[in-house]
Amino acid sequence: MADTTKLRYAKTHEWLNLDGTQGRVGISDYAQNEISDVVFVELPRVGRELKKGDSAMVVESVKAAFDIYAPVSGKVTRVNESLKDHPELINSSPFGDGWLFEIQLSQPVEANELMDQAQYDSSKGNH
Amino acid sequence: MALTEEMTQIKKTPLYDLHQSLGGKVVDFHGWALPIQYSGIVSEHLWVRSHCGFFDVSHLGEVRVAGKGSFDFLQARLTNDLSKLQDGRIQYQLLCDERGNLIDDLLVHRVHQDEYWIAVNAVNIEADLDALRRYSPDTVSIEDESDATASIAVQGPDSENVLSKGLGLSGSHLSYYSWEETMYKGVRIRVSRSGYTGEDGFEIYCPNELAPELWKALVLSEPYGARPAGLGARNTLRLEAGNGLYGNEMDIRTTPIEAGLQWAVSFTKGRFVGRDMLLKQKESGPARKLIGFRLLDKAIAREHYPVFHAGRREGEVTSGSFAPSLGYCIGMAYVSKDLAVLGTKLDIEIHQRLVPAEVVRRPFVELQHKKNKGA
Repeated sequence: MADTTKLRYAKTHEWLNLDGTQGRVGISDYAQNEISDVVFVELPRVGRELKKGDSAMVVESVKAAFDIYAPVSGKVTRVNESLKDHPELINSSPFGDGWLFEIQLSQPVEANELMDQAQYDSSKGNH
Repeated sequence: MALTEEMTQIKKTPLYDLHQSLGGKVVDFHGWALPIQYSGIVSEHLWVRSHCGFFDVSHLGEVRVAGKGSFDFLQARLTNDLSKLQDGRIQYQLLCDERGNLIDDLLVHRVHQDEYWIAVNAVNIEADLDALRRYSPDTVSIEDESDATASIAVQGPDSENVLSKGLGLSGSHLSYYSWEETMYKGVRIRVSRSGYTGEDGFEIYCPNELAPELWKALVLSEPYGARPAGLGARNTLRLEAGNGLYGNEMDIRTTPIEAGLQWAVSFTKGRFVGRDMLLKQKESGPARKLIGFRLLDKAIAREHYPVFHAGRREGEVTSGSFAPSLGYCIGMAYVSKDLAVLGTKLDIEIHQRLVPAEVVRRPFVELQHKKNKGA
């Protein structure tokens, strides 16, 4: 489980857990609650180059299909294979076993533009 | 904030405050502020199939048709054979225009020969009133009771128990597609044994002022199996039951023949609006037909996704979802009539990828209300 106090957030509700220039990406508890009942995921291809803000993958819930955007630019290095059989992990453990993919940052400075937990929490009231 | 402005335009049911305070997730549902879910669509869906869920469906419209000549008027205006409908019973009916296209689908409650009470789709209330009044004789009045009427659907195998123990209402003597008026806390209400979910259940229609009391009593009926549910689960339940939704499977460019609703069209009862066109289409066969499909791969086909067969674009998905009771994705779509055969292979384009699908039987689940014959 990620230490949520260290996470950086995009306005579009993805979190980034940074370790040097390598980052793990997931969605916030608020987002999983909004999406609700995840039934399938379409994970990105390992090796895919993403630009910040690109649609990286799709999370399908009973309600709708949700695009998940790259919070930073970089190359996908690993995806959470366990989501193929257990997509519900995104709902039950959005900061832990429900992580989505890992990315090698090509523009590490972009991480500084993301919000910290307090900024993210206060931003949600505006949605 | 844009939301505030929108919320002043949106219509609220008498249960709006209760949805907010009880944890319903209220969204803009075709102009109505209604809960899409309480605990979650999947859990509510499964709960209705195994116990009992109750839904705020106060957005539905209600129209009373009364006066001398009501029977002849409706018999010539609607598609199904009204002479088969007895007092105290309900009939599924279709309202078509002169070209046989669907204005709405309706549930007609017969009070007696000269009085009927009709439950209509929320989005069509004005169109229905226009279409009825255009043909109604002076002796027949057509009253819109929608604004004063609230409605709660109680659905699932525990519904009868919830009604009797939770609300003190007896429903056991009502057979499927029957209704009666009864009293609740001194107020006259209408209880019908009907619903949209494919389960046994009831729909309660009452004056707006009474709705919060009924809802609160249902919340307290959890020991008997009742839990609140939202319109998200109502949609997945009706989809599994194979029930079309106006705006998705039906619209003003679609006929009952295409929509698989020929069973609700009587060509033997005499003249009715749209008959000539419908008869012609029935005899020549419609160019396209509504089918049910299941996806053969993990994906969800949603509204408007294109449907292909052998590389040719056939039509589009009208409704599609993960089916919680089945564990895979199902949907409905229009395809050319030659493909409307069980087992036909289709491809549905989902996020730039063709996903294989197969035409399957509708309803997708066994309907439980057919088993209830009443007393």
